[in-house]
Amino acid sequence: MADVELTHLTKRFGTTTAVDDLSLAIADGEFIVLLGPTGAGKTTLLRLVAGLERAEAGAIAIGGRDMTREPPVVRDVAFVFQQYSLYPHLSVYDNLAFPLRSPVRGMSEAAIRQRVEETAHLVRIHDKLANRATRLSGGQMQRVAIGRALVRRPAIYLMDEPLSSLDAKLRSDLRLELKRIQAELGATILYVTHDQTEAMTLASRIGVMDHGRLVQIGSPREIYRDPVNSYVATRLGTPSINLLPADLLPADQLAVGTRTVGARSEHILISRVSGGLARGRVVRKEHLGGHVNLHVLIGGAEVVKRVDADTDFLVDDPVDVALHVPLCFDHHGDRLDAGGADANT
Amino acid sequence: MTTAAHSVVEPSPRSKAIAGTLVILYAVISMIPLVWIGMTALKTPSDAIAYPPKIIFTPSMAGFCDLFTTQSRQTEDYIKTLPPPTDTCDEITRSRGLVTAGPSNFLPRFFNSFIIAFGSTFLAVALGTLAAYGFSRFKVPMADDLLFFILSTRMMPPIAVAIPIYLMYRELGLSDTHLGMILLYTAVNVSLAVWLMKGFIDEIPREYEEAAMIDGYTRLQAFRKVVLPQAATGIAATAIFCLIFAWNEYAFAVLLTSGSAQTAPPFIPIIIGEGGQDWPAVAAGTTLFLIPIVVFTVLLRKHLLRGITFGAVRK
Repeated sequence: MADVELTHLTKRFGTTTAVDDLSLAIADGEFIVLLGPTGAGKTTLLRLVAGLERAEAGAIAIGGRDMTREPPVVRDVAFVFQQYSLYPHLSVYDNLAFPLRSPVRGMSEAAIRQRVEETAHLVRIHDKLANRATRLSGGQMQRVAIGRALVRRPAIYLMDEPLSSLDAKLRSDLRLELKRIQAELGATILYVTHDQTEAMTLASRIGVMDHGRLVQIGSPREIYRDPVNSYVATRLGTPSINLLPADLLPADQLAVGTRTVGARSEHILISRVSGGLARGRVVRKEHLGGHVNLHVLIGGAEVVKRVDADTDFLVDDPVDVALHVPLCFDHHGDRLDAGGADANT
Repeated sequence: MTTAAHSVVEPSPRSKAIAGTLVILYAVISMIPLVWIGMTALKTPSDAIAYPPKIIFTPSMAGFCDLFTTQSRQTEDYIKTLPPPTDTCDEITRSRGLVTAGPSNFLPRFFNSFIIAFGSTFLAVALGTLAAYGFSRFKVPMADDLLFFILSTRMMPPIAVAIPIYLMYRELGLSDTHLGMILLYTAVNVSLAVWLMKGFIDEIPREYEEAAMIDGYTRLQAFRKVVLPQAATGIAATAIFCLIFAWNEYAFAVLLTSGSAQTAPPFIPIIIGEGGQDWPAVAAGTTLFLIPIVVFTVLLRKHLLRGITFGAVRK
């Protein structure tokens, strides 16, 4: 394991800038999750670190050594691809042993066998070692793919949406396993996803990316409670944050110059009022099992709040809405009261 | 599917029967010339040219004996003075008033075919695979133009350039040499190999090599360990096409080979026996000539069935 430092990294494909002057320092043992929509440059960044792409500008240092121009083989990184990319002509065992059999490592077959079996137990695939890689279910394949990275002890593990192709149940199982394994190995991981649950649960720090830039980096709690702009604010939280005109609703403590108010579910107070005084009404109830998303139409805007499943609000109920210490954004969408949310709660 | 009658994917028993009949009919029609050649190979020279053709005949090894040996006509008195025949061929030959004079050129010619066809196939597939990998994976300047140029070498019949090649080969001392024929067939086949292999390699996702390179292998090692095994299907198919061309090629072989490097195709049809064309010998030679390519195709047929890489990468 080692720390990794990216400084002013830029990568262009033709006229589009995939990674734009990005700097990021990853400490040894950290689990960094990069969050962002498709096309934000997350995968390109991983490929730059791995040496699969060559940066136009900037530097990559791994374990204190400048690796900007080095080929993948000397960088000592492990990569889990979004697609399974198991070697289809090899068995599960040979897939796991493949990185260890590299001429640069020169391990004995006995040592390889031991390491492969350890890893197979770690990712719970030990009963399938003799299978052909193509004769596995999607979840098993992905576990082998993760295992093929974990079988090594590289400077850093790079993971490109490793769980995105799996169904929800398996995804949450593997998420827990991955966190457990990371803690067990003390591994340094740079992990890319567009799934906010993965980001929240796995990361020691989350980096939010947009158009090749790292917009904000911080602990999941910081990113959630103290986003630097409205873009970051919309990345986390279910239901998604409500972005409303500043004068729509009464609120306490709005910063000067606020154009847009960001109201998360917990910033919203819904109260029942009698007919004539109500400014809003419930237009929809989304039943999500453990809770209900209540959609309230008020002044032409729709506000969503998460409430208990046994709520007694009904569709068409007249209601009033108030905000309690919401996030304030200026006309660019930048935060005005940065650091304020923590101070007020 | 239990509801076969209404299934969209499963053909009805009736259409299956019709399709089966058509396939069998086609196979039978295709087989007739082969059966005819096989039968002719087992006839005596006089049975072979009998009219109407003999469907029922007494099989004879005369054709094969003529193929492998040269004979000379001798008087009956002389033949009686000879020691008793040493093998069946001697016996058959003598019964026709001939004696075995020595081995024919068939085996050396057959061996030439073998070296030239397999040599050029190996070269064409090896060069084609490497070139296709380059075109598939790297930014080659003017790649489309180069690929078109490679393909354009097949746009005219190769025999159209026969005279320049003949002159060139004479000057370079490549006429009637194994090397010359191998190079010629390689040059013709390599364009096919590049195009076929490019199609196959394009279908192998780059992720495999990228994964291998991150796993601690150089690009060349990744090519050998990851790309080649998955390209096996394509390599087998390409090799069969190249081999069939090189094995069957006639025009250049007639033009450029006459002796030490002559291949079987120009040799077989000019086997002259007593009183003209020796049809059983020609048929016997053709039958033996067919065998290697059939064996090669049968051996590689497993690779011709696609599907070993199916499902490992989600598209």
